[in-house]
Formats: sequence, structure tokens, C-alpha cells
Amino acid sequence: MISLEHYLTVAAMLFVIGIFGIFLNRKNVIVILMSIELMLLAVNINLVAFSVHLGDLVGQIFTLFVLTVAAAEAAIGLAILVCFFRNRGTIAVEDVNVMKG
Amino acid sequence: MISSDLNIVLPEVILAVFSMAALMFAVYTKKDDTAPVVTWATAGVMIALGLWIAFSPMANRTAFNGAFVDDGFARFAKVLMLWASAIMLLLSQDYLRRNDMFKFEYPILIALATVGMMMMVSAGDLMALYMGLELQSLALYVIAAFRRDSLKSTEAGLKYFVLGALSSGMLLYGASFVYGYTGTTNFEGIASTIQDGKMELGMIFGLVFLCVGMAFKISAAPFHMWTPDVYEGSPTPVTAFFATAPKVAAGGLFARVMFDAFDGAQADWTQIVAFLSLVSMFLGAVAAIGQTNIKRLMAYSSIAHMGFALMGLAAGTEEGVKALLIYLAIYVVMNIGTFAFILNMEKDGRAVTDIRSLGQYSKREPGKAAALTVLLFSLAGIPPMVGFIGKLFVLRASVGADMAWLAVAGVIASVIGAFYYLRIIYYIYFGDDVEGLDGRMPSLHYVALMGAAAIMLFGIINPFGLEGYAAIAAESLLK
Repeated sequence: MISLEHYLTVAAMLFVIGIFGIFLNRKNVIVILMSIELMLLAVNINLVAFSVHLGDLVGQIFTLFVLTVAAAEAAIGLAILVCFFRNRGTIAVEDVNVMKG
Repeated sequence: MISSDLNIVLPEVILAVFSMAALMFAVYTKKDDTAPVVTWATAGVMIALGLWIAFSPMANRTAFNGAFVDDGFARFAKVLMLWASAIMLLLSQDYLRRNDMFKFEYPILIALATVGMMMMVSAGDLMALYMGLELQSLALYVIAAFRRDSLKSTEAGLKYFVLGALSSGMLLYGASFVYGYTGTTNFEGIASTIQDGKMELGMIFGLVFLCVGMAFKISAAPFHMWTPDVYEGSPTPVTAFFATAPKVAAGGLFARVMFDAFDGAQADWTQIVAFLSLVSMFLGAVAAIGQTNIKRLMAYSSIAHMGFALMGLAAGTEEGVKALLIYLAIYVVMNIGTFAFILNMEKDGRAVTDIRSLGQYSKREPGKAAALTVLLFSLAGIPPMVGFIGKLFVLRASVGADMAWLAVAGVIASVIGAFYYLRIIYYIYFGDDVEGLDGRMPSLHYVALMGAAAIMLFGIINPFGLEGYAAIAAESLLK
């Protein structure tokens, strides 16, 4: 039997993989966008699992909102990335370094 | 039922519908030639909405089953944000035109960001919170990268986007735990669950993640790392905008969530907020010392100021919320004046950001130099400027809540921080004589600079009833 804890564990693992994907990845900004998506989807698993566990629909409605916003967020992220690529000629993470911070 | 709900969210609806109508108007007519019209119209609508919200006395109401709260606290923050956005929009026109980026999307994006901010401070539900936050953030990511052909601006946009999305993810993860452990996303429901004594480990986990997400948005240390780069890279009018209205929105949201949803867990979150406040104040004060770029310097200054604002929140009392609101209002006015000056720092038609270019500025422009000096003194919190009053309120709230250690730390941090403001003043009056700035100043900027300086100087005598309004707002939040 798959219980709530299993779902939460999977979601936590995906979330942590997403965070590590952002910080440890030295290659490509696209990978960062994928990691962000992974984090948001981990949250969705959490919300749906809680929603089923509680017998309450609100969590699933929340998931729909998150999915919509994630799509908009990906669109804006890619648009900014395209602009950056035009100026810099590369999307390697180590080249995002004109300003030191 | 739905019509009474819509009536309550009418200001937001008007601004949202207006921005869509303006977008259609500009796209179907003369595109970027319409930019001045759209800018003035947007600013006009914002100012009018601000007046409407400020001068229509209304009871505290909620709409959409408590998902949207319209109380004194929200109204105070909304008026402040609307007016700050409108002023910043009008001040940015000249810079945008000179740098060939005066596009009609700019006022529309600012308007949409403002709708998001109004949603944030009125949120009564985790979903409303998330939607407001994202509406604001998505618009801000785009305007950070507004100068499309500049490497710095697009890099700023990219960095802001990645870290902003990360923080939204953290906030959502926290929200999912809060939902899971309380069974509701409504703030009142969450508060009543906590009142019943159920503050489980999962709830604290969720609370911490929510705080991390909001600390990112308010640029409190240790989640400030995006701030200096984004402030430096974005076009100056965008930097100026970032330093005003979004800070009010983030501070308002922080207070809203903590008091409306987690009032029963005050012992838990005041620790987190006090920690954020302490670290921000010191980091903002120390890290700015080495900066010579005025935009980066203002970024660290904003981190330090947010530390002080959070000190009011950390007190966890009505007096603390009042101090937070007063501090934010004063901070916004100071920044409007300072950025009205920074927007016009130019030499041979190119923007200058090095503070050494201000050498002996007082000899060439004594009036403007004096006004800037007043504003910098005020930012440093030196009496008798109004900036000192703001600090006094948060320190008093902090001492009143038995957090004297935090107040003492705040005083020490503000003494350290005074150094870099005074260094700019040193350059203005005693620096090496360099052929620094030659930019003329449009009358609108001149009025903003002088007006803000005058408020900082004379506001000490009569702070425009600010304290009274803030007290009403704080009372409505803690009801």
C-alpha cells in the first residue's frame, strides 16, 4: 500500500534534486529552468497527496494554479534567456558573470 | 454574492482591466509612439485609485470566502504602493527616452506589477498570496531585462528570474506543508488550527519555508544575493522602482501572513524574523562600504533598511506593525528623492554610476547637492531628519517587545552604515575636483528631489499624520 509518507518522500526527493540542480549545475541555464520546473512539480505532488489524504479538493485546485503559473514562468524565463543569448552568445552558467555578486 | 465580492476588489479590477485596455490600444495604434500617453494615463489611474482608496472610509471587508482581505492595513499599503509606482513611472520617462527604451510595455508592466502587489497585501489565502506574488514577480523579471540589447540588463533579468523562481518554489513547498497539516489554505482557518494547539513539526517546517520565500522577495539577508546584481544591471528607472513599491508589498505580505495566519505561533516566527533583521542590518551596513557604484550601494542600503523594517515586524506587537509601516513609508519617500537624483547622473549623455564622479559637486550645483545631502543624512538615520524618526519607531517597538538586544544591534549597525552615506557627502563637498556630471535635470525630477528633501527636513515638525494612519492600519491587522 502506498501511503501519504511515500508520496511526501518522493516529493521531497524531487524538490531537493531541483534545488541541487540549480546550485551544482555548472553547464547550462536550460538545466536550471528544468530544475525550477522539477521543484514546482514536486510541490504539486505534495499538494495532490495532501488533498487526497485530507479528502479536500482545495489542494488540487491549488495544483492547477501552480501548473498555470509554472507555464507562464517558463515562458518568461526562456524569453529572458533568448535575450541573454543574443547579447552573450552563450548560455553556459559560468558565463553569467558580467557582474560579480 | 459575486457582485459584492467584485465590488471589494474593484480597485484591482480597474487597474488590471486598464492595463489590458492600454495594451490593446497601444498595439492597435501607433505602438511606441503612444508610450507617453500610456505612461501618463497609467500614472493618472494609479494616483486616482490611490486617492479613492485613501479617502473612502470603509469598514474592513473580505471577499471570495476570505481569500481577499480589504482592511486598513491593506489600504495603507495600497495607497503607498500606488503613489510610489505612479511617481516612479513619471520620473522614469525622461531616462527611458534618452536611452531609446521608451516603449509602451513599460508602463503596462509596472501597472501589472502593481496589481500583483495590491493582491499580495490583501491576500487572505495561500492561493491568493501565490497568485499575487507571481503576478508581481513575473512583471518585475521582464522589466529587469527591459534593455534587451544590453548584456548587463539581460543578465540581471536572468539572475533575478532564476533566484526569484527558486524562492517562489520554496514558498510553495512551505505552503503545501501548511495546507497538509491544517487542511485549509485560508489564513483564518490556519490561524484557528494553530489556536487549537496543533503546531506540529510539519507546520514549523512549512512556516520556515514560507519565511524563506518571503525573505527572498524583501531581499533580507541571507537571501539577498540577487539584490546587488539586479540593482546594478537593471536600467536605472527599474532599479528605482525595485527600491520602492515592491519593498512595501513584500513587507506588507510578510506582516499579513505572520499576523493573519500564524498569530498563534508568534514565539516561533519572531525568532526567524529577528534573525533575518539582525543579519540584514549588519550585512547591508558592512558590505556597502567597499562599493563605489551608486546603484550597488543603494542595493546594500535597501538590504540594511529592510533589516530595520523587519525589526518592527520581529517585535510582533501592534506597535511593531505601526513602526514597520511608518518605516516603509519614510523609506519610499527617501528613495524617490535619491533616485530622482541618480536618474540624472550623466556625463556626455552617458549614465554615470561611480560615486567619485560627484567630486566637488556642491560647487557647481549647491542646491541639488544640499538636497542630496539631506536625503543621505536621512537614509543614514541622523537626527533631525525624518529617517531618524523611522528608526526611532522600530527601535522603540523592539525595546517594547523585550528585544533590547536587537535594538542595540540595530543602533550599532546604523552607525556602521552611516559611514558609506557620509562618504558620498564627503565626495560632494570635499572630494577631488573632477569634471563629473553635466546632466541637466528635468523639472519633474527637480521637484521630486527637492520635495523629498523638504519632507525629510520639515517632516519632523509635522509628519503629515503618518503616525495616525499607520496606527489605524496596524490596529486593523491585529484586530
